[in-house]
Amino acid sequence: MLNNKIGGHYSQAYDDELRQAVERLLAMATLAQQQLSDAMTAFINADRALAKQVKQGDRTVNNFEVDIDEHCLDILARRQPAATDLRLVLSVLKSVNDIERIGDLAKRIAKALLKDESGNRPTEAQLAQLNTMGAKVQQMLARAITAFEQMDADTALAVLREDKAIDDDYAQIMQHSLSSMMDDASQIGVSLQISQVAKALERVGDHARNICQHTIFLCKGRNVAHLTDDELQQVVEKRRD
Amino acid sequence: MSNSAAVKISAKDVKVFYGENEALHGISMDVYENEVISFIGPSGCGKSTFLRCMNRMNDTIEHCRVTGSITLDGRDIHDPSLDVVQLRAQVGMVFQKPNPFPKSIYENIAYGPKLHGLAERKADLDDIVESSLRRAGLWNEVKDRLDQPGTGLSGGQQQRLCIARSIAVSPEVILMDEPCSALDPIATSIIEELIDELKQNFTIVIVTHNMQQAARVSDRTAFFHLGNLIEIGNTNDLFTNPQQKRTEDYITGRYG
Repeated sequence: MLNNKIGGHYSQAYDDELRQAVERLLAMATLAQQQLSDAMTAFINADRALAKQVKQGDRTVNNFEVDIDEHCLDILARRQPAATDLRLVLSVLKSVNDIERIGDLAKRIAKALLKDESGNRPTEAQLAQLNTMGAKVQQMLARAITAFEQMDADTALAVLREDKAIDDDYAQIMQHSLSSMMDDASQIGVSLQISQVAKALERVGDHARNICQHTIFLCKGRNVAHLTDDELQQVVEKRRD
Repeated sequence: MSNSAAVKISAKDVKVFYGENEALHGISMDVYENEVISFIGPSGCGKSTFLRCMNRMNDTIEHCRVTGSITLDGRDIHDPSLDVVQLRAQVGMVFQKPNPFPKSIYENIAYGPKLHGLAERKADLDDIVESSLRRAGLWNEVKDRLDQPGTGLSGGQQQRLCIARSIAVSPEVILMDEPCSALDPIATSIIEELIDELKQNFTIVIVTHNMQQAARVSDRTAFFHLGNLIEIGNTNDLFTNPQQKRTEDYITGRYG
């Protein structure tokens, strides 16, 4: 449900324009989430047809980016938004960037499968580990989008902190890949594939974290990029008079 | 504007009554030296009324009564021993509609300095006229026709003439009441640029209905509503992250 903070202008058309910006962003996010989910399914199941579909689908994500950018530019030029409205438009513009990058990363996962011609596959255990990390990332992303949609700084802060677990998963997978490469040179190809996918997932987590930061900026009016988690908590807990 | 800046005007619990009607409900604020501060708010919110308190222009309105204290450089402006004509030279005013005297461009500027005895010789007066017109960014446009009527200038030029006229008596504060509302965007930009230059030497208080103008020109902004001061703060903060819901509703165009 869209937050009702968007509405209430004397100009109904302005309400609609702002709502449109958010709705298009959410549609784009839904698509990027589907792309990521398909890319993981394709990689785990070695489904090359699905991977190709993901590769092609990225164009639609990119088109969304251009469309939303232009819509926001129109609002800035014609309405000169202030306060919450200004922060909303800026957060949408920033989040669009992150979601577009998530689309690219889904494509990268699909390409990790498509580029491999050796036919060597990761072990069941390796796939399971990636699958677990992928599920965590997708869940974090979904919650980050919901926090944005509901303009909920508390949830955004909680979600943002999940990134740590994803970074830990990434470190662990990389360590396993490295040792397996060192143990057996024939594993280098597969290990590189695994690290590409894990790296992409780790980056998706970073972008989900960014979206949470944009949400906190939107709600609290403070730029929270590069703050520590404790500083972030102080910003989120500060209530309006 | 840092808190360490010198206080130029200090208002404490200022109330204004028109007859029995209380139009301003106890306004307290400081205006700092060499800042541009803008007052915004819907019509009837009291912003112009409060502006006019700062050089006692409300004295000229019948049945209007002002209570509370206002000091200029620490001195009470309602002190009976204070010369109100002198006060209005120190705290000059520029109005919504350009109102040059029906005299030559030169006389428009020279009138105040002559009245206040600021020039002994014609050469001194010439200097004041030239420097005032230069500071108002009008000199190059009018230097060859100083003897022509001020009313023959364009709206934007007339408004700069009025600014030059207020500068000519060496004020410390310039009050501007909607100075650009009768001007086109180019003349408005020229005045805004001028405001930016003038703040080197003067303290400027500007009332405007144009919120973008307040956002563009002022260091601090004060929001008035129904005779109350709702919020005052750095312009950047007020327009990106206001602390009061009524401010937010007003600047984003929402009904509260």
